[in-house]
Amino acid sequence: MYEQFKARAEGVSAEVHRFDTRAATLEFIITFLKGEGLHDVPQSHALWADCPFLGGSVRQSLSEVAGLKFDVSQKLAAQAKFGISQMQWALADTGTLVQDSSAIDQRLVSSLPAIHIALVPTSGILADMPTLLTRIHPGASAYIAMITGPSRTADIERVLTIGVHGPERLIIVFCDELGGGN
Amino acid sequence: MSNEFKESIHRAVNNANLTGALGKFSEAYKVNRAKAYEGIDFEELRGRIAELKSYAASHLDQLSEQFARNAEARGAKVFRTSDPARVREYILKVARDNGVRSIVKSKSMATEEIHLNPYLEKAGISVGETDLGEWIIQLAGQTPSHMVMPAIHMTKEEVSDLFSKEIDERLTSDIPRLVKVARERLRPMFLQADMGISGGNIAVAETGSIVLMTNEGNARLVTSLPKIHVALVGIEKLVASYADIAPILKALPRSATAQLLTSYVSIITGPTPNPDGSLKDLHIILMDNRRSEMAADPKFKQALQCIRCASCLNVCPIFRLVGGHVFGKVYTGGIGTILTAWFDELKKSEDIQGLCIQCGACKYVCPGKIDIPELIMEIRRRLVKDQGLPLMQKAIYSVVNNRHLFHGMLRAASLAGKPFTSGRFVRHLPLFLADLTDGRSLPAIAGEPFRDRFKNIKQPKFKEKAAFYAGCLIDFAYPEMGESLVKVLNKAGIEVVFPQDQTCCGAPARYSGAYEVAAGNAIDNIKALLDEDVQYVVSACPTCTVALDHEFISTFESLGQSEWIPKARELAAKTVDFSTLVKSLVDQRRLSLKDGQKLGKITYHDSCHLKRTLKVSEQPRELLNRAGYELTEMFECDMCCGMGGSYSIKLPEISGPILKRKLHNIRETGAPLVAMDCPGCVMQIRGGLDQDGSAIRVQHTVELLAERLED
Repeated sequence: MYEQFKARAEGVSAEVHRFDTRAATLEFIITFLKGEGLHDVPQSHALWADCPFLGGSVRQSLSEVAGLKFDVSQKLAAQAKFGISQMQWALADTGTLVQDSSAIDQRLVSSLPAIHIALVPTSGILADMPTLLTRIHPGASAYIAMITGPSRTADIERVLTIGVHGPERLIIVFCDELGGGN
Repeated sequence: MSNEFKESIHRAVNNANLTGALGKFSEAYKVNRAKAYEGIDFEELRGRIAELKSYAASHLDQLSEQFARNAEARGAKVFRTSDPARVREYILKVARDNGVRSIVKSKSMATEEIHLNPYLEKAGISVGETDLGEWIIQLAGQTPSHMVMPAIHMTKEEVSDLFSKEIDERLTSDIPRLVKVARERLRPMFLQADMGISGGNIAVAETGSIVLMTNEGNARLVTSLPKIHVALVGIEKLVASYADIAPILKALPRSATAQLLTSYVSIITGPTPNPDGSLKDLHIILMDNRRSEMAADPKFKQALQCIRCASCLNVCPIFRLVGGHVFGKVYTGGIGTILTAWFDELKKSEDIQGLCIQCGACKYVCPGKIDIPELIMEIRRRLVKDQGLPLMQKAIYSVVNNRHLFHGMLRAASLAGKPFTSGRFVRHLPLFLADLTDGRSLPAIAGEPFRDRFKNIKQPKFKEKAAFYAGCLIDFAYPEMGESLVKVLNKAGIEVVFPQDQTCCGAPARYSGAYEVAAGNAIDNIKALLDEDVQYVVSACPTCTVALDHEFISTFESLGQSEWIPKARELAAKTVDFSTLVKSLVDQRRLSLKDGQKLGKITYHDSCHLKRTLKVSEQPRELLNRAGYELTEMFECDMCCGMGGSYSIKLPEISGPILKRKLHNIRETGAPLVAMDCPGCVMQIRGGLDQDGSAIRVQHTVELLAERLED
């Protein structure tokens, strides 16, 4: 199902990566951020919303990375170049990521910055929408968010253009070692 | 038809930007939609959607109540009303109570329906549309021309002029740059807004959730950043259960924009925290505005199965010529005509319902399985019932309903038309009739109609008999098609009888909303055709076949004349179109076509009624192949030719360009011959090619097959 997901997600201009360990995943993210110009100034910093991946001592180990912030606010999110969050599921047949986004922080980091980096446990890949609807329910989740590729429009002359109000890049990073809440 | 309306059509068809953009889009849409649905059983999917939406439409009250209860239990405030005025007042009150000065909106047709923006702006509140297309038309001071792509009628140059003025900087028409400008300009509005207003694509009664789908990401911001969120939802968006959203999420993006899923889907159930930690003030307004009345109407209830994908606009041969603004200010295209008649008023649909050519392309793709053409016919019928027919039409139909007078006049026309005919065509008509021959020649009325020629045809006697229903065009304009049909059926051992009392099939009257006239025609024909002891009633005109096979019954049903329905069913059971009958005769080896012929290239035009109502498209192709023709498919082979019976007379400005496109697609194949199964299409296409001086031959399949029978 990973291959199917990857093909679908890339078909809508998302970038898809996969790593087996947490360490390799983390290394990729840090290298990516630095390569894309991470700095501790507005419009260049990264904002990472709380998530299982940051558990243990991971968050602490990142405190030295300049420009990487964890205290999410609307102001910081609006100034961030990068937003990082963990999504719970991935739907293979449409290339869609899914998250219980009831916590506002999760939406701020995935909607305001120009680049959204989405971490996903590989075990969270599901076949399709009907399967998902048996896993996540509005009874427990007040804001269910699905994301399929970066923000797009075709409102001017039907020309597909990426990055209107949401992120213009969506970087999806699967981590095999990251169990996940499912 | 009002002059103002005619002028709006004139402006639209002469707007090269508009027709160019829409034309290109509709061509690409067809291909992309097919790709998006690859591997999906569309019939099964739309069957499920129709079923769950129909259930909801039958239980609107119950589901509204259940929705309200569940949403309120989760902390949302739910306001239910049938009155658009009260919706506007409610929103303004919420705004005033909370000192709202600025509002951001994500796209909502329901707010367009109640003209919310001008109302709030008049009250001194700034309202910003954030969907790019909506923002463009807001800046331009226009209304949406398409439900999904509101600014599809505008060029990038027009957009760059608007944006340049807005940010006071000269911009080029580079689209990515223009999109960036919108992002930068609207971002502060999102961050500062006091209230967000959204619509809702689906409302789930079981959970009290609303589902929002967008591509740009604006709905996520509208529902997350401001402290107040108001969602305005028409009650037709209700579904019973949470699982019901899956089929809609599957079909809506595929049908709307040929996407597998929109970039963003949000399922919102009750308030969530705001960025400052406070809890969202969430208001959900369930608006009726005549939807319950619609649900109570046995004919129109199905219109509530609409999921607002606008695919009926995207495949419409008329929409792609005139665009949305000809249809009005809110809902446009096929479904828009129906919604306007209800949400606004029946009278408002008087002109726009006439735009429908009844080609059925929309019905074919509707994911809600709505018979849009049938509902537009019903609007026509009710308008005629309310207001009567125009005087001229009344006079015409009183003639059509009197077979002797009607046929007498057609015979007279053959003589009267003489001064204008050259060979088989009327090329120019004088004075106000000139419009009829603008862009296509008309067939000359035959000197001797088929009904007279038939008497001189010598047929062998066979036990198996078929009654031939000629229809007016074959009878009076193309009797040679009838002669070919007799020849083909005789070869298969079937004797043809021609009931002389047959008359017009009633389609012209029906398509004008004159159902009483159509019913009169139906009764005359039922009597004439059932009087014969025959196995089949065969017709070589798909429009007539549809009348005999479906419409007599539905005309009686609409009028409540149930006494004729059993007879109409009896006739329908015997009725068959020419190609279907002949294909089965060939398959049974009762008829053979000459073997090993190499007849060269041919292309085939699918007639609307044959392909989409009778579902016949392979039979004529296989027959022509077997006869020895090499079939080359034309682009958009099943797109209407623009004839539409009297449509080409009422709206020549629209019919003309549709024909032009068809002729272009025929020429592109390089085939010297084009076949079709409908004498109406022959009339339109042959006339168009004649006027162009083209050498391409246009023939009915029946004529081509009659030439290839084995001796």
